[in-house]
Amino acid sequence: MKPISVKRPTYYQELRNKGYSRRDFMKFCTMIAAYMGLESSGVAQVTNALMNQPRVPVIWLHFQECTCCSESFIRSSHPMVADIILDKISLDYTETLMAASGHQAEAAMEKTMKDYYGEYVLCVEGSVPVYEDGVYCCIGGRSARDILQETAAGAKAVIAWGSCACNGCVQASRPNPTGATPIHKLIKGKPLIKVPGCPPIGEVMAGVLVHLVTFGRIPELDHVGRPKAFYSKRVHDSCYRRPFYDAGLFVESFDDENAKKGYCLYKVGCKGPTTYNACGIMKWNNGTSYPIQSGHGCIGCSEAGFWDNGASFYTRIPNFPGFGIESSADTIGTIAVGATAAGVAAHAVASAIRKNGEKKRLKAEGEASVEEIE
Amino acid sequence: MKTTRLRRVYVWEWPVRFFHWIFALCILVLGITGYLIGDPLPIQSDAEASHRFWFGTARFIHFAAAYIFLAVILMRMYWASVGNKYARWANFVPTRLRFFSRIGQVIRHDILLMKVPEDTVVGHNALAGLSYFFLMLLTFVMVFTGFGMYAQMSTWWLPKLFSWMPGLFGGDYLVREIHHAGMWLFAVFIVIHLYLVFYHDQQEGRGEASSMISGYKFMEEEVFENKKAVGEPAEPAA
Ligand code: SF4
Repeated sequence: MKPISVKRPTYYQELRNKGYSRRDFMKFCTMIAAYMGLESSGVAQVTNALMNQPRVPVIWLHFQECTCCSESFIRSSHPMVADIILDKISLDYTETLMAASGHQAEAAMEKTMKDYYGEYVLCVEGSVPVYEDGVYCCIGGRSARDILQETAAGAKAVIAWGSCACNGCVQASRPNPTGATPIHKLIKGKPLIKVPGCPPIGEVMAGVLVHLVTFGRIPELDHVGRPKAFYSKRVHDSCYRRPFYDAGLFVESFDDENAKKGYCLYKVGCKGPTTYNACGIMKWNNGTSYPIQSGHGCIGCSEAGFWDNGASFYTRIPNFPGFGIESSADTIGTIAVGATAAGVAAHAVASAIRKNGEKKRLKAEGEASVEEIE
Repeated sequence: MKTTRLRRVYVWEWPVRFFHWIFALCILVLGITGYLIGDPLPIQSDAEASHRFWFGTARFIHFAAAYIFLAVILMRMYWASVGNKYARWANFVPTRLRFFSRIGQVIRHDILLMKVPEDTVVGHNALAGLSYFFLMLLTFVMVFTGFGMYAQMSTWWLPKLFSWMPGLFGGDYLVREIHHAGMWLFAVFIVIHLYLVFYHDQQEGRGEASSMISGYKFMEEEVFENKKAVGEPAEPAA
């Protein structure tokens, strides 16, 4: 990592100033290293980095979003997570949490961009509307697209927080009236980390940031650009209801006996089998629960286009666009096979009539052969 | 009544027949287990989950059959390069214009049942050949989407080769949808395929159906004589 040009206090110093003990600090380092999936020597690396690295300047932008990512982040299980990165310490600009407003706020952002050009991390929450020159989302009189382009130019790395920034989420679902666009389509040539989810898990967000600080580079990403440490497994593969799935025991409707027994939610639309996230392991709200544990199928909120995927959150069989509202793939398939069967039946009848002559000829020939060989 | 002399022609060598039946079996097994995986049976039972594993077994059979499915299609593609002339690529891939005129003739004669001369062939007729080419493409769609979804569960390099697939479609969901729709295309194919085997066997009496067991078809000698007389090129159509 390039040395930060302007001298800034380290994370540890800032935390001590805030009144955290060294013990708290060590606890945090251990916990976050475990969340990041590091081996035990990784704890030392994390500790070392947070003690010696000056804090990384962060610009956190909010575009078309609902702030649930920020909410998730500041409510991540360990209070230090929010303190260390967000609350006063590391955040140079964020509309939601900063104290400044108006021109002051804009000035703070410009200062960060100038002072730390090429060093700051740009976090983006929300998608960017591109229709009508981007009038659907303007801040301080400028379009989201403009602001993004400008801030991205000097960023060391870009983090796309949440499904809005990663894939457009609900505002990009059909028919997408504002042209909501995920940011990876607008920023080119910058290391970009996608942290999808609606919202993403707070600890995952913290883990990504700590990884950046500790190792000075972005974490290993999968084929879609998500950190492998948190998104390499399906919710389904770490689901505690999985034994019911393998046993073929399913909830048929939300009020049946099977639901009471806690069977697998596959048939009531659980999208766990097609969703990559860490919910089954990290869970939410201090490891209290997650959607499946509270009896509702996974809606696949960290997958691209999850609002438009298939018929609904409550069915598994996909719907096919352009075939009426409630026609599932299986209905269409049955009709197609039926129509084909009808077609061949018609052909059979037609050929029996049309080709009767040839058939007769074959038969006569066959009978003649019988006579001949006797 | 004049009787015809038939020639016994060795059309389908054993790798072709082997492929055919294993492939057919795979499609059947994959189709049934696949359908169950997509829409499992509603089973009410008092048994504990620890005593049951039918869904896991269905999935296991599906994955095992998928490996065989992939293996035999690769084997068949290899055979399309080294097998006899009825097994070769030229039967399936239209590279010459003549292929299309032959398809036209098959459509008029066999589909529209028009009274036009038959394009007598020993191996696949042009339309059938092309349909098998599309079947091969469909097979690859199923292999790529299927192994794409499977890759995450495996540590073996072979399925891992497909792990980039879901990313291409923006996630597993669409991949699953395509895989599901592909099953129905196979179902449609089976209906047509079975019917046409019956149709040709009955209509022509050349042993169409049994040829996939014995390897032999029986052709009227005059077919070959006529072809020689007009100097028609030998099969395949290309
Ligand atoms: S509840 Fe959902 S994620 Fe859990 S085993 Fe069933 S289908 Fe998979």
